[in-house]
Amino acid sequence: MTGQQAANPQSGSGMSARKKRFLWIGFGLLLSFAITALVVKGLSANVTYFYSPTEVAQNVAPKDRAFRIGGMVEEKSLRRAADGLTIYFGVTDSAHTVKAVYTGILPDLFAEGKGVVAQGKLDENGVFQATRVLAKHDENYVAPEVAEAMDKAHKEAVLKTLK
Amino acid sequence: MFNEKRIAMKKKLLLLLPLLIFAVLASFFVVGLDRNPREIPSPLVGKPLPEFSLPTLDAPEQIVTKERFAGQVWLLNVWASWCVSCRSEHPLLLEYAKTNETPIIGLNYKDKMPDAKAWLQRYGNPYEMSIVDADGRFGIDLGVYGVPETFLIGKNGIISYKHIGPITEESLRNIIIPKIKELKQQ
Amino acid sequence: MIPEIGQFALILALILALVQGTLPLVGAAQGIPVWMFLSRRTAQGVFFFLILAFGCLIYSFIVNDFSVLNVASNSNTQLPLHYRIAASWGSHEGSILMWVFMLGLWSCAVSVFSRHLPEEVVARVLGVMGLVTAGLLLFLLFTSNPFERLFPVPTEGRDLNPLLQDPGMVLHPPMLYMGYVGFSVAFAFAVAALLGGRLDATWARWSRPWTTVAWCFLTVGIMIGSWWAYYELGWGGWWFWDPVENASLLPWLIGTALIHSLAVTEKRGTFKIWTVLLAICAFSLSLLGTFLVRSGVLTSVHAFTTDPRRGLFILVFLGLVIGGSLALFAFRAPRVGTQGKFEFISRETALLCNNILLAVACGTVLLGTLYPLFLDALNLGKISVGPPYFEAVFVPIMALLIVLMGIGAIARWKESPLAELWEKLRAPLAVTVVCAVALPLILGRTHWQSVALLALGFGMAFWIITTLIVSVTDRLRHLQGGLWYKLQRQPLSFWGMWFAHFGVAIFIIGVTVVKGFEAERDVRMTPGDVISVGDYAFRFVGIEDRQGPNYHAARGTFELLKDDKKVRNLYPEKRMYFAHGMPMTEAAIDSGFFGDRYVSLGEEINDGKGSWSVRVYYKPFITWLWGGCILMTLGGVLALSDRRYRVYARKPAKELLAGHTLPRPAH
Repeated sequence: MTGQQAANPQSGSGMSARKKRFLWIGFGLLLSFAITALVVKGLSANVTYFYSPTEVAQNVAPKDRAFRIGGMVEEKSLRRAADGLTIYFGVTDSAHTVKAVYTGILPDLFAEGKGVVAQGKLDENGVFQATRVLAKHDENYVAPEVAEAMDKAHKEAVLKTLK
Repeated sequence: MFNEKRIAMKKKLLLLLPLLIFAVLASFFVVGLDRNPREIPSPLVGKPLPEFSLPTLDAPEQIVTKERFAGQVWLLNVWASWCVSCRSEHPLLLEYAKTNETPIIGLNYKDKMPDAKAWLQRYGNPYEMSIVDADGRFGIDLGVYGVPETFLIGKNGIISYKHIGPITEESLRNIIIPKIKELKQQ
Repeated sequence: MIPEIGQFALILALILALVQGTLPLVGAAQGIPVWMFLSRRTAQGVFFFLILAFGCLIYSFIVNDFSVLNVASNSNTQLPLHYRIAASWGSHEGSILMWVFMLGLWSCAVSVFSRHLPEEVVARVLGVMGLVTAGLLLFLLFTSNPFERLFPVPTEGRDLNPLLQDPGMVLHPPMLYMGYVGFSVAFAFAVAALLGGRLDATWARWSRPWTTVAWCFLTVGIMIGSWWAYYELGWGGWWFWDPVENASLLPWLIGTALIHSLAVTEKRGTFKIWTVLLAICAFSLSLLGTFLVRSGVLTSVHAFTTDPRRGLFILVFLGLVIGGSLALFAFRAPRVGTQGKFEFISRETALLCNNILLAVACGTVLLGTLYPLFLDALNLGKISVGPPYFEAVFVPIMALLIVLMGIGAIARWKESPLAELWEKLRAPLAVTVVCAVALPLILGRTHWQSVALLALGFGMAFWIITTLIVSVTDRLRHLQGGLWYKLQRQPLSFWGMWFAHFGVAIFIIGVTVVKGFEAERDVRMTPGDVISVGDYAFRFVGIEDRQGPNYHAARGTFELLKDDKKVRNLYPEKRMYFAHGMPMTEAAIDSGFFGDRYVSLGEEINDGKGSWSVRVYYKPFITWLWGGCILMTLGGVLALSDRRYRVYARKPAKELLAGHTLPRPAH
């Protein structure tokens, strides 16, 4: 009835149905093990967490691992080093600001007061060494991570003033 | 016989597998949709409107503070000439302004004055006045992270509702107007 | 007036689509011929009204009718005509209308090219497509009406997003959508077969050409998208593993599996249940790809403004279409047909394994794309999954796939004796190993890691090419006559396979060389400076202002030098679009057979000397990527032109059905 099965002893010439079945199952298991290992290893090694400037200030963010930080580029924080390619800026969620530095060409929509997501690591001075800076295609679009970070920081600030 | 039945059973389960996987995926999508940041309740709701003293668009030399609006129910609409979605809610605001239900005060956010004036001229002006927040300071106090946003403020100066994104006919009719009625009765 | 006509046409299309989606299906189930015959006419009627609606929208864009919200927010009087037309599918509303329009086009095509099919099958297929059309029209009319009016009428519109003002972006969505929507035909055939309980070789033969056409469009669509990202985003990359890109890759992978599995089902009568599942999955992933992105569940650079109401509608729609078809599959599939038999070493096995690997690859990409959503939903933190994950998982699976691809092209159906297979594969294996190891060393790579990566890439490409050569000589051996005559005797479908696989090899060579030898430099340049990249050098001449139709630009002039001799000038631009106040980088590319020289402007550095930050790339063999995709598409077109289909299309239905009478499904 159902495909490559023991019910057909006369099927095939070289290999018994039983052996064929074992081969299939063996290969199937091997493949699924290999793929699972690949995926698990891939995901654990290549996932980047997202932190807000407040979380960085509270030492929640990892010190030795790359992560993403999101917020607004702080007004009047943008400064260019003499080489013309290194850029210093602050990433803020209105409660805390993290100093960041990036060398290279910035995306078109990077500007003071606009949302930004940067990927990189904290150095020993607490400066965020960005390896990638992302800005979104739409000028009205705020990345949800950024929005949430801003909202969270804002909530905490309000709670503090009320205490 | 028994063996055959078991195999048939197994096969049935196997054929159900894609449906089950999809069901799991779909449940995650539903949760994901719910977690849309637009749905996050604002921390400011139920709190007094933050203090401000800002100029208005028509009379830049005049400084307005929140005391100016005390004792009435009013809407604070954050807008900018560079904002695309503001244009989609604009006709609704104009329509609403005609009813004289409550005053709408604009908060012109991170904009250039000439641009803002030209924009109002072109699309019409639903605002009783527009407060100018050129550097976005007040916006930060208000927790604005995208334009447009609309705040509903009661007679006691407390924010009773915050709408994120452009106002739609439905949200105006089903949420904002009932809330206004409620506030007016207090 | 015109927008109202468009809106009215949409409503009429909806009513007709509801008829198309109900009466023929009931007719087929109850055996009412008149109701079945309705399917063709209604499908053509729906398409007529969709043409009308889409035409009205394009007309509104052409005449700058800013009383339509969609026009006002996506067009502008200064926008050149061709972009005004393209703007009609640039917005969310317009793109959904185009989606439905294409669904109408495919339904209409089925209604025209299905004269040889039994009326019952046509009724079911068009009925299923009618239901999908109706669902989408409801979505369009209730949540994203493209003809919504704006009052008061603005005198000027907001411009089209500058990123979309580009020839690549004019072509990318229609091609991609043709591919996405094209899978609806295979889907409808599969669902019709499940409903009718008749799943056999003829079913596979009917679905095959439709699937191949859709696959070709999808391949071209993805290629154009990648090419656009490469030159327009100014980052020099051609694939970012962005959720939207992944969304187009998923149906492509499953579509590729489907094409191969349909071939086996048609020729050998096996894998039927698997093929049906693939047909359902290909279209489901197309829907998921289009709408998941639109609903805001996944955020990505492409996301349109999100609206929770739209998201809910989309989820319900997806649940009904995908969940419904999978439920039908779960309960009806067991009744369908038996499977043929084949030995462990055979072409069937190779193709089955390839199918499984493609499905697994698709699964891993889907997992990587949705993983952030899963973690977020479980409150485990906000994360993003980077390209390294996709590369680490995707590449090994593809390597395995390609080993099997070589074997599959040579192995025989049913049973392929191991000794004979080894005889044929010996030579390709030897050539592959020698070339793969020697080539990186000849090209001057010594570090083991880069040699290993290059060897892997070249190895895959050479394996495909050498086995393809063997597959030709193998087929010619038994024929008499001259070489050209012998080649001509091969069916076009064989050449289709041949070119598509050859395209894969070319694509892999492109990827390998780009990854292994590309060079990139971000530098600060003052007029007169020279920077060298690869074998070439760029001299920065200066910057001048230039006025475009709806933007003004700083245009840089660079001399491209080779061995200190000028090859040509390159003019990258930094544009500022008036309406959006949005800066845009336009890269300048010197494209050639052996690679691209690429320069884009960063920002002006205020040092008083007119310096700019500049990014330059050398991208060897990048053109081979696009070339590979074009060859794959060519393969699809050749397979479609095969004699079998042409003869088939001309035969009237009766002749084909002689001795092939339909058994009524037992209830």
